[in-house]
Amino acid sequence: MTADPRQISDQVAESITRSEELAYELRIHEVMTKNVHCLSPDITLESALEIFQRERFSGAPVTRGDKLIGIVSIEDLIRALREGNLDDPIKSYMTKDVISVRVYDPVVEALKTFARTNFGRLPVLDENDKPVGIITKGDISNGLLKALQRDYQNEELIRYRASHLFEDIESHRTSLILRYDIRKGDFIRGGNASSNIKRALLRLGASPQVARRCGIAVYEAEMNLIIHTDRGGTLRIEVEPHKITMEAYDDGPGIEDVKLAMKPGYSTATNEVREMGFGAGMGLVNIKRCVDDMRLISTLDRGTNLYMTIYLNDLENS
Amino acid sequence: MKFQKLVSLLEGNLLTDHNVDDREIAGAMGADLMSDVLASIEPEAVLLTGLCNPQVVRTAQIADIQTIVFVRGKNPDKETIKIANQENIPLVSTDKGLFEACGILFNAGLPSFETTTTDDCSD
Repeated sequence: MTADPRQISDQVAESITRSEELAYELRIHEVMTKNVHCLSPDITLESALEIFQRERFSGAPVTRGDKLIGIVSIEDLIRALREGNLDDPIKSYMTKDVISVRVYDPVVEALKTFARTNFGRLPVLDENDKPVGIITKGDISNGLLKALQRDYQNEELIRYRASHLFEDIESHRTSLILRYDIRKGDFIRGGNASSNIKRALLRLGASPQVARRCGIAVYEAEMNLIIHTDRGGTLRIEVEPHKITMEAYDDGPGIEDVKLAMKPGYSTATNEVREMGFGAGMGLVNIKRCVDDMRLISTLDRGTNLYMTIYLNDLENS
Repeated sequence: MKFQKLVSLLEGNLLTDHNVDDREIAGAMGADLMSDVLASIEPEAVLLTGLCNPQVVRTAQIADIQTIVFVRGKNPDKETIKIANQENIPLVSTDKGLFEACGILFNAGLPSFETTTTDDCSD
């Protein structure tokens, strides 16, 4: 199946909202830098600079025992260097009013803190207030990207499995049956079943053309069940590797003149139904145009069965 | 025609969360009866309609319609806008009438996707 540009923009749109979702789902410990190197407040700025250079740090928590008492960043070191005070202890240049985040908080808490403050990094504390990591905006971007990648791979896997359903299962005749109960007069949900059927077919690897033809046929049939039946009816879709069979059936009232019902523009729909945009008298005509084979069997007072078939060529199967 | 151009020609309001992007619109149709839409519309089209309910969006999704324009200043309910956002179908509202809106787009070179429906049901 070739992806049209619109599908790509769908995915882009999805990934935007998904990353926002992920900011709530992901916990800080999943994205933070662990094994954080804590500094003693009494070491000199000179030795902190050496550690930063060696370890490529841009900032580190300052602790006494297990307790966080400050944070020192590369900016603090630059300030000390400019003032010629590299021999001072780091406690004289560190930021003392440290804003920290909790290890099991959602990532969005860190994002909010970054937006509120001007800090580039935040120490992460566990439930005993012990520093266990450090988080930067870069860590969050990386974490989100990794999570999106994981999502994407899972989605690919599901898609792959669905489209190979018929190859993976061996039998003399494999088919997948979808059933939908359609309630009379349910205009609010009208079209939901058809929408789901179209999506399912695309998932199973049908071409956009086939999915569209099935979608239109089954949508017209669904609206007919909603508009014209006594008690609603059922949509039954059977998917096989070589064909898709769609059936709409109900138990009344039946069609008085099937030939007339097939005439373009003929409709028995009420004005009320027409105001909702239906009853153009094109439903059955549209169905016939979309499917390869259509049979309409109706008995007055007993009900109607509409059979629709689309044959899939070898290209579709592969 | 670019989506952005369509919106500005019709002096339309975008009702969904879409960016006014550069998606391409291939043709157009003006109709209030959904079966008429399904009978002639082709993918990547804009549908201009005075009908304002969730069924319009359902129809658009089934028929791969690209954009829906509600004419005569009609505004759909929240449910309709929600479905349109889910299905990634931009909704545009314009104060112009169906006749005028169609005329503007047709004059600007957007082809009509409406076909005659006859007894001959072969494709």
